[in-house]
Amino acid sequence: MHLTSLFLQAPAMPAASTLGTANPVSIIMFFLFVAITLYITYWAAKKTKTGSEFYAAGRNISGFQNGLALAGDYMSAASFLGIAGMVATKGYDGLIYSIGFLVGWPLIMFLIAEPLRNLGKYTFADVVAYRLQQRPIRIVSSVGSLLTIAFYLIAQMVGAGGLIKTLFGLQYEIAVVVVGVVMTAYVLFGGMLATTWVQIIKAVLLLSGATVLVILSLSYFNYSPGALFQAVSEKYGDAMLAPGGFITNPFDALSLGLALMLGTAGLPHILMRFYTVPDAKAARKSVFVATGFIGYFYILTFFIGFSAMVLVGKPIIEGIDKGGNMAALLLAEQTGGTAFLGFIAAVAFATILAVVAGLTLSGASSISHDLYVHVFKKGVSNEQGEMKVARRATLALGILSIVLGLVFKGQNVAFMVGLAFSIAASANFPALLMSIIWKKFTTQGAVWSIATGASLSLVLIVLSPTIWVDILHNPEAIFPLKNPALVSMSGAFLVGIVISLLNPETEAAQKFESEKLRTYLGIGAE
Amino acid sequence: MHPHNKPHLEVIDSPEFKHLVKKRWSVSLILTLTILVIYIGFLLVVAFDKSLLAQKLGSYVTWALPVGFSIIVAAWLLTGIYVYWANNSYDPEVEALKNKINAN
Repeated sequence: MHLTSLFLQAPAMPAASTLGTANPVSIIMFFLFVAITLYITYWAAKKTKTGSEFYAAGRNISGFQNGLALAGDYMSAASFLGIAGMVATKGYDGLIYSIGFLVGWPLIMFLIAEPLRNLGKYTFADVVAYRLQQRPIRIVSSVGSLLTIAFYLIAQMVGAGGLIKTLFGLQYEIAVVVVGVVMTAYVLFGGMLATTWVQIIKAVLLLSGATVLVILSLSYFNYSPGALFQAVSEKYGDAMLAPGGFITNPFDALSLGLALMLGTAGLPHILMRFYTVPDAKAARKSVFVATGFIGYFYILTFFIGFSAMVLVGKPIIEGIDKGGNMAALLLAEQTGGTAFLGFIAAVAFATILAVVAGLTLSGASSISHDLYVHVFKKGVSNEQGEMKVARRATLALGILSIVLGLVFKGQNVAFMVGLAFSIAASANFPALLMSIIWKKFTTQGAVWSIATGASLSLVLIVLSPTIWVDILHNPEAIFPLKNPALVSMSGAFLVGIVISLLNPETEAAQKFESEKLRTYLGIGAE
Repeated sequence: MHPHNKPHLEVIDSPEFKHLVKKRWSVSLILTLTILVIYIGFLLVVAFDKSLLAQKLGSYVTWALPVGFSIIVAAWLLTGIYVYWANNSYDPEVEALKNKINAN
């Protein structure tokens, strides 16, 4: 998944572009964004005293707002710049990624959104643990959550540093610290309410910025997409408009597809957003709204990529960054001038801030709610104590993410996003799904399913071409697939099923039955 | 409300409730299979027969473009279908069952 081989070490800019120099518009825009969102944080801080307010914004977010926030949580800088860049350099193949990132959303809707909302409280581990033994499930599922979050966070932080360096001419280290500090402030003081509004504002900025960019670009083609595709094919050949060499091995295709699709349904920071709405009906609406906005956004990135390919030109895009990650920004400069470039750059920065804030909040919840309350305090929650731990965890995660961003400087972060999605699809999703739909699922089954999914993902990705060949420079990979999800996820399901059938847990099955009113009717849901 | 007292267990065993649960999962399963078939089918075509998608639709546009966009739109429409079904068919039955429980 090299779409986040983000913007690292961009070489010198051509004279035509002001990329990489301090752009007053982007700096003003960015500070404006930070000022507004910090004000919201200040407002939210006054409303954020209890656990339900900190983790779930008091469950007061409307379905539409939550849909926008979900979209804001999901549309990372990697999707925006990475996919536009892939399309700009490789053509149609970039769309294959977008589709994979989108098709997980219907599954969230059909399989998990409502039961998740009805059964859980703050984290998806609530759902897995609700009829099983709390301690083992909480421990193992928070390991799954924290691993997913850690890899996703590293990718975002390293990406942020590289991006900011390229965009603003700021030093990498300063950029990482700025992102870490501002994001920590959102979560620490404003909790889920502030984080939600940061994501909503960012989603609106990103969607409207991308829309304007597409309109400006299409004006060069008389607003006719057909003319754009014609220009692509005349300049770079028909091959750009059809699937190319990106997917060659069917198993690789399937494995990547499953990781993208089911990984979405296992991302802790996404699942956490289902507790911010009042009920299952609002949760449903959120997914519908989010799917619509994210789908629209991916269609936009596709047009942005092709427009950049024609208007900016492949050699210039690849000259600045081999992965094409600067394509959208170069196009912004080309079509809207330096001021518009500044705007889009500021939006890209805001995007990273919003995503890392969501990740940090879900990591902190896992530590305070799953580990502290249910493991160390054995389920006896003292609201004040829990909040204190949640805030300390936030601070610790903020510092950790800055440190990780600095340590992993210059690393290729592509495999980390791949790994995050693979762990989410293998460790989190199977256990979550089986706990919702399968009566005979047991504690042991869940523990071993999560452990299998997480460890297989980790081991296989090290042995895969992604690390074994590309990073460790061995001639041949031990495990042939670039993404392990096909094997690791099937393994997690298989182990979960076999272990559950071998050691039935009567109590868990009975509780599954008696909790059905809550699962399906929402009676007793928080 | 007390989820573990008797009227509730009666509701869980009632044919209406069982029907509701079964209907919910039938709808979910059909829609899940639809999106899986669409997406995995697309990936398999890409993996096994790229030329199929490279065929021209007009003088420049390939089939790959409308097919790709359609999958994105289909994903959204399918979620819309689920919302429509849930709002108009599932929720009223949930309400009816809830009223029954409250009446007990």
